[in-house]
Amino acid sequence: METLLQQIINGLVQGSVYALVALGYTMVYGILGLINFAHGEVVMVGAMVALSAIMLLINSGLPPLLVLLAGMIVAATACMALGYAIERVAYRPLRNAPRLAPLITAIGVSIVLQNLAMIIWGREYHAFPQLLPNSPHMLAGAVINEVQIIIVLAALAVMAGLLVLVHRTRLGRAMRAVAENPAAAALMGVDINAVISVTFMTGSALAALAGIMVSANYGIVHYYMGAILGLKAFTAAVLGGIGNLRGAMLGGVLLGLIESLGAGYIGDLSGGFFGSHYQDVFAFFVLIAVLIFRPSGLLGERVAERA
Amino acid sequence: MMNKKQKPMIQEMIFGNPSSRKAWFVFAALAVALLLLPFATEALLGRGWVRIVDFALLYIMLALGLNIVVGYAGLLDLGYIAFFAVGAYCYALLGSPQFGLHLPFWVVLPLGALLACAFGVLLGAPTLRLRGDYLAIVTLGFGEIIRIFLNNLNAPVNITNGPQGINMIDPIRIGGFSLSGTHELFGITFSPVHLYYYLFLCVTLLVIFVSLRLEDSRIGRAWMAIREDEVAASAMGINTRDIKLLAFAMGATFGGAAGGLFAGFQGFISPESFGLTESVMVVCMVVLGGMGNIGGVVLGGALLVLLPEALRNGAGPAQQALFGKTLIDPESLRMLMFGLALVLVMLWRPAGLWPSTQRRRELSPDAEVAHQEQESVYDAAK
Amino acid sequence: MTPQSDALLELSGIGKRFGGLAALSDVSLHIRRGEIYGLIGPNGAGKTTLFNIITGLYQPDEGGFTFGGAAYAHCKPHLLAHAGIARTFQNIRLFANMTALENVMVGRHVRTRTGIWGALTRNAAARAEERAIVQRARELLRQAGIDRPHQTLAKHLSYGEQRRLEIARALATEPKLLALDEPAAGMNATETESLKALLQTIRASGITVLLIEHDVKLILGLCDRVAVLDYGKKIAEGLPDDVRRNPAVIAAYLGGEAA
Repeated sequence: METLLQQIINGLVQGSVYALVALGYTMVYGILGLINFAHGEVVMVGAMVALSAIMLLINSGLPPLLVLLAGMIVAATACMALGYAIERVAYRPLRNAPRLAPLITAIGVSIVLQNLAMIIWGREYHAFPQLLPNSPHMLAGAVINEVQIIIVLAALAVMAGLLVLVHRTRLGRAMRAVAENPAAAALMGVDINAVISVTFMTGSALAALAGIMVSANYGIVHYYMGAILGLKAFTAAVLGGIGNLRGAMLGGVLLGLIESLGAGYIGDLSGGFFGSHYQDVFAFFVLIAVLIFRPSGLLGERVAERA
Repeated sequence: MMNKKQKPMIQEMIFGNPSSRKAWFVFAALAVALLLLPFATEALLGRGWVRIVDFALLYIMLALGLNIVVGYAGLLDLGYIAFFAVGAYCYALLGSPQFGLHLPFWVVLPLGALLACAFGVLLGAPTLRLRGDYLAIVTLGFGEIIRIFLNNLNAPVNITNGPQGINMIDPIRIGGFSLSGTHELFGITFSPVHLYYYLFLCVTLLVIFVSLRLEDSRIGRAWMAIREDEVAASAMGINTRDIKLLAFAMGATFGGAAGGLFAGFQGFISPESFGLTESVMVVCMVVLGGMGNIGGVVLGGALLVLLPEALRNGAGPAQQALFGKTLIDPESLRMLMFGLALVLVMLWRPAGLWPSTQRRRELSPDAEVAHQEQESVYDAAK
Repeated sequence: MTPQSDALLELSGIGKRFGGLAALSDVSLHIRRGEIYGLIGPNGAGKTTLFNIITGLYQPDEGGFTFGGAAYAHCKPHLLAHAGIARTFQNIRLFANMTALENVMVGRHVRTRTGIWGALTRNAAARAEERAIVQRARELLRQAGIDRPHQTLAKHLSYGEQRRLEIARALATEPKLLALDEPAAGMNATETESLKALLQTIRASGITVLLIEHDVKLILGLCDRVAVLDYGKKIAEGLPDDVRRNPAVIAAYLGGEAA
């Protein structure tokens, strides 16, 4: 029982991070129909920039919470600029190009970002300073850190904010209009390019936040962290139904839970044959199974092929 | 007459067009160049580069296999390297001290290709009805599943030897003639890299032959119809599921065969060679070269293997020459430049370096059509 | 209407809903061999939905249909093409990056058999079949009046040519029934005239034609019989002249336009 609860807690924390990153994938996909392969690297850049900013300020005598906040603001700003630049340089010129062309530029951009990060921050693992209160609490036999509670709450708050932005504001309406039909939206006076830029910037800010969350949770930052996280988050977005905001959130949390429960129980289930190394296998099997039965993901629209 | 013109140029170059003396000349020049390539490379750049050329051929085979799936049938497969892995491990497990089995390569290689084909069908049958990007993530997941299994199937029963991989794999041996030995033939000394070069060249040419024949056939047209518009294709009576599965199985078979050759050539394999990066790289070769066009795909494969190697050899010394010391880790620098090259090439030529539509333009007798084509390579296609 | 032995396509009680919206309800039609049958109705009346059902793209929620006497509802599109139903699309769906000739050659797929082996070896049978495919495709292109080089990519043909190419591609499948979804949409008067001539040739060759059209003049001048859909229901069926005078039809659709 304790392990079950513990795995659920771990899964929720990890899932919140996945959800935030998945939102970035799904927003871009919804609006451009494009897999933004470089998004995972934006997460990494967010974590790295935050780390650098925090290291600069940590001995300035400011209260730790303020240092963290400053780090977040710097990282989010940097990532927004990065997201904007990626879209301008690598995607916008290819908007009418063959479908796979932007996929290749995205791969190119992520290779560039990863190696730039390696050149700037080095190959080694960096410790991410613990700025949040981190005392463990016992909860029915399971341990939960304050950092973890903060991560889940912050993720929830941000997601709620995003839903309000998309469904209740003028900007959000423009976003949905562009996603629905860019040409018609343009005719109605929506500045498509501006909307797309804002979408990339919003997604990138979420990515920065997610990067800081993972770093704070594990206390480690590494130039390669974005690739795997990005892959998982993309999986989560597809699981939930790519292009759908709630789907990304659901998919993220579900994937976190599946992984952590899978890792915790796969050994028992398979009579010890499969160890916890197989947690990723488990996640992908679930993904494939879900897509076989629901080809558009859990919350994806079931669009009959338009004839 | 028109039908002749429709045939791809390379095909004419390879099989010759009896009426055209020029084609024969090109064909002969190409053949001589390909025969001399390993020796010329060794003389100019050293033996290490012959090995790199061998790898380029392996990757060209992979890219050609994936081209059937992505380029012809329009199915984005991000886990293609898994079939390469299946072929390689099949070869390694049946031809190494791992299980003490040493089956001959002409048994193991086809077996690996068949096994890969079976995996392709296994994956494709339930998933090929998924739309574009959903299929992409499913294949990506499949690729990761295979890699994770290879990485972990060393306990409780040791099958794959886990992350350490499998060592001392039997070389490819034809009769008593081992390709991993040095041989004296016709007064010329052939080292293993040379011998493997000729083997890989033969297989690559075979794959090109198969691709060209399929491309210009009822099956190939059905693939392209599905790529262009799946709904219209099914309304025209094409059984889209079966035809897509066929593309998937063909691609997987080529991948498996290339994998077996890879295992025999290297003598050592580990799961590291079969990661997502490799899958993505093969996709890049196909798209950057020009999907659907054999020449473009060969170009893409060669370029994406040779360019990083050239950068590897250039990044360090160039810095030395410019700044007198190594400022930036050459490994990072070369990948940085490689990434930049991917972006720039795609921005410069969104349909690939040598797109299939352009090839058609080159063959087209009609100047007006050629002009229209020029404009539209950059707009329509999606 | 009672079922008649000369019926090629017989729809009975077809119903289709999208979410809560009934796109079609209880539509029954019978289309006789050798006629040109027109299907008209205002936008959103369910005409294209009906097309998608008889070509297997959608499955009906209620009812079914027989084609040439055999039941075919809930069939995959390629099986219906095999059975002899070919179609065009309202918003042209050609294989844009294939040549005009290749587009028509794809249409021959369903009536030919060369597989992997034949493609690889190019044996006598495969070569003969390929020659026949090319020859037939050229005939059809000529018949459809596409006199550009046959190597032109489909996307570079003019609008009218694209419409006609779609018809040629459909004819290549050797259909018994050719279903055309607004073939004259966007055509000028000359193009419409040549389309009309083409459809008459097609009918003369023994192929039944089912036509969705907005161009009332075309329908009235060409069709043997006409059915009118409105809000997913059949509100009239009969000879063009009778239908034109039907008050329900005038109210629903034709209005002043027909006068």
